[in-house]
Amino acid sequence: MAVANPVAPGAGHVESAHSEAAHGHVPTYAETLANNRLGLWLFFISEAFLFGGLLAVRFYLWGGTRPEVSQFIGLLVTSVLLLSSISMYTAEAALENGNRRLFLTLLLVTAFLGLVFLGGVMIFEWGLFPSLYEGHLTPWGDKYGAVVFLMTGMHAIHVISGIIFILIVWNLGRKGHFSPSRKWGVESAAIYWHYVDLVWIFFYPAIYLIGTAVTH
Amino acid sequence: MADNEQRMSLLSIGLVRGLVGQFAGILLGFALVVLIRALAGYDEVWSTEPAWVVGAILGALGFLIAIGAMSDWFSWWRGGETPFVHGPRHPGRPTWARYFDVDYNHKVIGIQYGVTGLIMLCIGGSFAVIFRSELARSGLQFLQPATYNTFIGMHGWAALFGIFIGIGGMANYLVPLMIGADDMAFPRLNSFAFWINVPAIVLLLISLYYTWDAGWTVYPPLSLKGSPGFQLVFWSIFLLGFSSILGSLNLVATMLRMRSPGMSLFRMPIFCWAMMATSLIQLTATQLIAMSFLMLSLAREATLAMPFFVPVLNAAGVNIGGDPTLFQHTFWFYSHPAVYVWVLPGLGIISELLPVFARKPLFGYRWIAISSLAIALVGFLVWGHHMFTSAYSPNLRVWFMVSTLLVAVPTGVKFFSWLGTIWGGKLSFPTPMLFTLGAISVFLLGGLSGPVLATVATDLHLQDTYFVIGHFHATIFGGFVFPFFAAIYYWFPKITGRMYNEQLGKLHFWLMLPAFWLMSVGQMSVGVAGMRRRIVDYDPLLGGMTRFNLGFVEIVQILITISAFVIAFSILIMIYNLFHSAEVGRVAGANPWRSRSPEWQIPSPIPEQSYPRPLHVVGEPYDYGLATSPRFVAGDD
Repeated sequence: MAVANPVAPGAGHVESAHSEAAHGHVPTYAETLANNRLGLWLFFISEAFLFGGLLAVRFYLWGGTRPEVSQFIGLLVTSVLLLSSISMYTAEAALENGNRRLFLTLLLVTAFLGLVFLGGVMIFEWGLFPSLYEGHLTPWGDKYGAVVFLMTGMHAIHVISGIIFILIVWNLGRKGHFSPSRKWGVESAAIYWHYVDLVWIFFYPAIYLIGTAVTH
Repeated sequence: MADNEQRMSLLSIGLVRGLVGQFAGILLGFALVVLIRALAGYDEVWSTEPAWVVGAILGALGFLIAIGAMSDWFSWWRGGETPFVHGPRHPGRPTWARYFDVDYNHKVIGIQYGVTGLIMLCIGGSFAVIFRSELARSGLQFLQPATYNTFIGMHGWAALFGIFIGIGGMANYLVPLMIGADDMAFPRLNSFAFWINVPAIVLLLISLYYTWDAGWTVYPPLSLKGSPGFQLVFWSIFLLGFSSILGSLNLVATMLRMRSPGMSLFRMPIFCWAMMATSLIQLTATQLIAMSFLMLSLAREATLAMPFFVPVLNAAGVNIGGDPTLFQHTFWFYSHPAVYVWVLPGLGIISELLPVFARKPLFGYRWIAISSLAIALVGFLVWGHHMFTSAYSPNLRVWFMVSTLLVAVPTGVKFFSWLGTIWGGKLSFPTPMLFTLGAISVFLLGGLSGPVLATVATDLHLQDTYFVIGHFHATIFGGFVFPFFAAIYYWFPKITGRMYNEQLGKLHFWLMLPAFWLMSVGQMSVGVAGMRRRIVDYDPLLGGMTRFNLGFVEIVQILITISAFVIAFSILIMIYNLFHSAEVGRVAGANPWRSRSPEWQIPSPIPEQSYPRPLHVVGEPYDYGLATSPRFVAGDD
């Protein structure tokens, strides 16, 4: 539709001429921050429907039953993930207090704990490394394996993206990018990590605790 | 400018770069699957379906990286700064090149969406015209059953892409202008959300190479068997879902955060309220279809064969597998609210245009705003009415019937508001007004045929017949297509600065409206006569013999096919009108319709920055005919 522009060709673009003439309103950091915060929470609302849908699938297919799973492993990986939320929170608090060293260290601790959680799920629940642990569930075997893999798989994608997010923030923090008053990157990574953690707080009982265990 | 054009190489056009990137990504995906299978020790290293799944994902990523939709984000991750600037991102280039590249201006993105949506509607319509020709006579003419079934699915999804993308066009162009904002809250996300549609469209078109013959709803177990084309469809729609979610997130944030001074929520033009309701549905419900299609993709034999939707019997004969009804639940939990995504923006356009051409305030502004939200809310509680013949508790059917009939209340609010707005108005009938009134008449047809399908007793007879087709097309043409065309004609002078050709516009309308009525009523009639949907051949004597020596159904099918061609022809007239008028139409001026909406108070075409000085809103949006009601005061800063 640009052809309708009545300005003669060669006279320069009306757009660029205009943008140089009028400065208009440049959003301030505070305005951008408020937009970003709202955007992130809208994203969480959206994602809640995904995880809610996965829970609905679990209750539709399993009802009052659940697979026979190792309670020890479940409790272990859940504890690790909960601990990682604490370290993430403390990292953000350290930045606010100006303790950059502690901030960076705790980011790495969080990423490490996230990896431990992921490793626990991959080795013990998915049985990806049979030399370490013989997994007893398969995605194609029955509805128990299928739903466990679906739920933990979708959650794991979020854990992996969260770890990448934290490592990017760590790298930027190492270069001195954040300050106690300008730390949206850290804040968003922390909220995202807590959100992923919160999802697991719903998934853990749905997979490990609710219903009578069925051997299969 | 001529020098600049010479310097534009093919690869400097963003779209071309993106497509090359997608091709490279697909090849990389193929190679990755072959490599993994070789390492895992498979005898056959090539497997078509996993290759396409990985290729689809990496191809989309390749497109977005190559076109540069993620460049700023990559830069942020490395610690770079990308301050936002108004204006073209590559200043030396000709203006048209902006429309084929990543651009952060919402007006450019709105046009990108709008034109792409129109193209997809035309593709979807072409499939309809092809298989309608087949249906004109009973027996097989020129389409094989599998091809026919693929075409009906392609018609569905291509047209739905057109609707989603067309809505994106209206929303992205209009909402920031209407609330007096310079741009969307997240301009980069806006561009990303548009461009992700293009690799999705490419995948959908590639799926034609294979046949996929389960209709647009791709119910399992049918969609779990058959060609790899299904995987392409699943992932194409998965990507479309990204666009829906990110685009609607952006719109909600924009409306909540970017309004100009004095533009309170209840002073926004009513189209914004329609988009608010639409966006809230898209933001949330879309996750469910993404999940459903991901589960279908994983459930196919060639991928992971996860038994969500098919029974698996153990040694004792107990089902330890899944259930096909589960898919219907998760699919319709999205796809029913999605129907309101398709119509709510159009209903907003009707409410937006009527007061302008009736020179009267919109009747019951707040009720209209709230009714959109109410339709969105109730829309989440009605999905079971698509499944009255499926296996779920018969007692629940009654509740789904009641909740479905409840939708008539907020929809009725809209209808009576339109009547109240027209009543006693000083009406004028240029093309946009004709399409608005046509939309109301067609939507009424769709609305009145709805309760018949919502009622369990009658639905059990009409399920999967052409009556459903007639009802659906009446709601979608009344709720989207007619209002979309009204919007195109109405905002055309604002976008191009020139007026469309009124005679051609009226010709378009007077061809399309009667043809559509004939088509829709015809579809409902053959449905009542017992003709099923999704079937290439039919018994010509359904509905009895007529005195023209042809069966009732066959005569009506001939009429429907003729109508389809008339509609297609009328749309070609519109496209000619738009392109021709953009060059030679008379200069329209800033406010040819004497509208009170903010976007009409600034020059046409709109300069790069819409509101160099903030707009101060003081009055109500629809006080037409009230000389004493001011709308804006000049900004002081």
